Amino acid sequence: MELISQHTKAIMEGCKERARAAGLRFDAESLEYVVTNRDLLELTPKAMIPTLYDYWVHDVEVLREKGRYELYPNNPYETVINTRPAISFYNDNNPDWLNVMIFYHVLAHIDFFQNNLYFRHTWDFDLAGQALADKRLIARLRSEKGRWVDYIIEFARGIDNLVGYHRELSRQHRPQATQASPRIDYYFDVFLQSERKVRPSEYMKEIALYNDCLKRDGKDVERSFFGEVLSRYPEFESFYEKSRQQHDSEPGDLLQFLLDHSPMLQRDENKWMKSVIEVVRKTSLYFQPQIRTKIMNEGWASYWHEKLFMQDERISGHEVEFARIHAGVTSLQRVGLNPYAIGLRLFQSIEEAANKGRYDERFRRLLNARDRQDYDAATNSGQATIFRVREDYCDFTFVNEFVDQDFVDRHRLFVVGKRLNEARMVWEYYVKSRSAEAYQQMLMESIYHPPAITVDRPRTASGPLYLTHRFEQRPLVKEFIGNTLIGIEYLWGGSVRLETSEVAQINRPEAKPGQSDPSPDITWRRVVYESTQRKLTKVPA
Amino acid sequence: MEQRLLAFYQLLKTRGLTPEQEQRILAEIGSGSDHGLLPVAVPAPRLDLYAWNDLAQLQGMGSARSHYTLHVRSLEDLLERDRQREKDGFPRKIRIGRMVRPGRGGKDKVVVVPTTVEEKLIHDRSFQEQQEEGGSAGGAGEGEQGEVIGEQKVREEAGGAPGGAGQGEGGAHDIESSAYDLGRILTEKFELPNLKEKGKKRSLTKISYELTDRNRGFGQVLEKKATLRRILQTNLALGNLPDPTNIDPTKFLIAPSDKVYRILSQEKDYDSQALVFFVRDYSGSMAGKATELVVSQHVLIYSWLLYQYNEQVESRFILHDTEAKEVPDFYSYYNSRVAGGTRVAAAYALVNQLVEKDDLAKDYNIYVFHGTDGDDWDTGSAETVPELTKMLRYVNRVGVTITEHSSPPSRNSEVELTLKRSGLLESRPDLLRLDVMGEDAEEPRLIEGIRTLIS
Repeated sequence: MELISQHTKAIMEGCKERARAAGLRFDAESLEYVVTNRDLLELTPKAMIPTLYDYWVHDVEVLREKGRYELYPNNPYETVINTRPAISFYNDNNPDWLNVMIFYHVLAHIDFFQNNLYFRHTWDFDLAGQALADKRLIARLRSEKGRWVDYIIEFARGIDNLVGYHRELSRQHRPQATQASPRIDYYFDVFLQSERKVRPSEYMKEIALYNDCLKRDGKDVERSFFGEVLSRYPEFESFYEKSRQQHDSEPGDLLQFLLDHSPMLQRDENKWMKSVIEVVRKTSLYFQPQIRTKIMNEGWASYWHEKLFMQDERISGHEVEFARIHAGVTSLQRVGLNPYAIGLRLFQSIEEAANKGRYDERFRRLLNARDRQDYDAATNSGQATIFRVREDYCDFTFVNEFVDQDFVDRHRLFVVGKRLNEARMVWEYYVKSRSAEAYQQMLMESIYHPPAITVDRPRTASGPLYLTHRFEQRPLVKEFIGNTLIGIEYLWGGSVRLETSEVAQINRPEAKPGQSDPSPDITWRRVVYESTQRKLTKVPA
Repeated sequence: MEQRLLAFYQLLKTRGLTPEQEQRILAEIGSGSDHGLLPVAVPAPRLDLYAWNDLAQLQGMGSARSHYTLHVRSLEDLLERDRQREKDGFPRKIRIGRMVRPGRGGKDKVVVVPTTVEEKLIHDRSFQEQQEEGGSAGGAGEGEQGEVIGEQKVREEAGGAPGGAGQGEGGAHDIESSAYDLGRILTEKFELPNLKEKGKKRSLTKISYELTDRNRGFGQVLEKKATLRRILQTNLALGNLPDPTNIDPTKFLIAPSDKVYRILSQEKDYDSQALVFFVRDYSGSMAGKATELVVSQHVLIYSWLLYQYNEQVESRFILHDTEAKEVPDFYSYYNSRVAGGTRVAAAYALVNQLVEKDDLAKDYNIYVFHGTDGDDWDTGSAETVPELTKMLRYVNRVGVTITEHSSPPSRNSEVELTLKRSGLLESRPDLLRLDVMGEDAEEPRLIEGIRTLIS
């Protein structure tokens, strides 16, 4: 890998100035490398991080038919990676005008990485540097422990999609200043509402009482207030203690739980395994936001490369070539989901709607269809709105909030269905639905969503490690359960159980001719897999 | 083609058919395709949201591909690692033998891709797809609700390339190795049985003398053209050829070493030990995974035999629908499109005929491997069993692989019934083996199947 030429770097710096003037915010430094096919070979299995630790599976072709993106929740082959400084990769024979377009695209990605709140936990350190340190650590351990390091990596990677990303994020985002006393929080948020289930009027009285105490006693409010509370609810203290214990003992995620509580890992001679697992966990956490913002990230980058390219006077004369590439990237497919196309159009429609003031209360109150159609308050807040959206949203919330019927109709989007025509033995693709609801549902289902698998602490306390898979109408991939459990069993140092749901029976109602198939009737059952002595058994729960 | 099929159908009809059989037969007749070589597979459109990336979209950089020489060593390493895993008490992880279609030309070249999978607890997407009849995707453009906007053949769904385990776009790290190496790996890794000596002497070579080598200066027969060329070279070098348009041969200076002769020389002639007939059903019903499985298994068997017989294996390839034909090379065998009806007896008859005509039984160990989906129009097995019995007189092994279709759900297939009813499986277990697997079997099952067929 070598850096791009000085000439090209100068172009990049010009792009940065223009992008900053347009409102994008990003660090001053960035690194651009020219990559060859050979470089890509090494980079792609390592999620484009040149300094990622070595692992033998990286040298083998990995079977990916089953759940490619569930298994590897990072965007492979990405042009830019979220490091400090941000690193991006280029073909060595791109013409200048194309580089300008790519640079704008890359800068918008960097802006996204460095401002979107879902990336909050990646802001404080440089991944490339951290990864290099981890790589050295693993190399050193490997020279001491040999192949066992690879087993630990393998087993830890087997569950690295179950990291508690949102928990991590919520820890990062909890504002320090507004943190009131946990006791007060518990009293008003949980105790009164969930435990006592008081009426609103009583609740308001309690608040008034608290405010009185606050006025009267200032800093000592807690003591005087709870003095009065205890006279009415003597049981409050024990409830509070119980909830605190529960909260403290809630494990971050499976990997964290193993790190903290696995009897095997606590042994002195196995301490080194913890650092390996920690590396795998951290790396996985780092990539979590990328796959959760694919539509937004690509939409945002496409929006800006289009806008800024057309304003850039340095490359006038290349509009036609640009249009060809740009259309190739952002055109809506007849069948298929293109995140560039959908993201770009969503950002554009948000900007347009915000410019007309359609996210205001006044518009929301309008009921008359014609008034709604013609509504234009000319608030010109489009730019501000899309910048706010890029900061606060992820794919799920983005799709959930902004895909509406206007959007679906305007771009003539539809959900494609696929059905069997038995007479001709062909799969037919047909227009299944043009409703926004169905389209949104389809998008939601395509978005990355790992299974929620947590440790059941009470059951674990009295037997083998007990994992529970939350039922979400989707089974797990069966073939993978066995080997994954063997890995967890090794890390735990004892038997492991996994409770999950499986299909017991599917009844397919007869389809009426000419109509789309009715959805089948599925009966589920809970089952428990157990891995003991590396043998897998299954029993009904 | 149609005429021939219809005539055969009429013949069967007079013998009596159940409505179910008739329906199946008519479906195959009606499919209207032919046996051509497969077109180059067109990549399917990307339906997945996450299949898009900047490098490909903006810079036209596809996924990286490496040359196999970069990785030649790693296959050995990987297998060694796998053996160590087993010793440590963990399941093996490397799979090999994902075959990439051999090209025309390179005769015994197969491409072995060592693969592995990192197992995790993930949601099963295929379930969602089944549930919704193939799932749903996004689309854009014209079309009323309910309107059909495109269609795709059902059984050719697997990349549209029956026979080729398509690599798709993500493919890389190919390791090309000869079929011999693959055979060695199969034998070692999967502990496939070694062949027993059959008591026949294994003479690997015989030596004959032929006038094939050339020698300058002396020899048995003068090569006039080559000699003249050398003389011209010498004279040009000496400047003894002043005018190329007017050559006088009598002025040539001739050195003794300019004379080129043919000389009698020793030639090693390899004796073939084994002859394998690969028989594949390429009727219409074989479309899709069934063919892929059969062909992959045949590559593996071929490789294994090649190793066992120290490369002294000859192979003949036979395709059959209602009639059988021999094809010259593996490429045609592998890549011929499926169409037409099914009559197993035709294939067996052709094998018998070939063996008889060339008197092959005397010189070779003969193996016959037959891959089919179990369909046979000849339900009475009036023709199949006699041909098979005849074959069993000379072969070392007949191995029949049946890949049952998952849709419509499998029943006891015709071929399976025929073999079971004939009683040959019990009376000649050393010569005739049957292996039935589901259409969706994976590599380990394939290799298990080979063990059944050849052990």
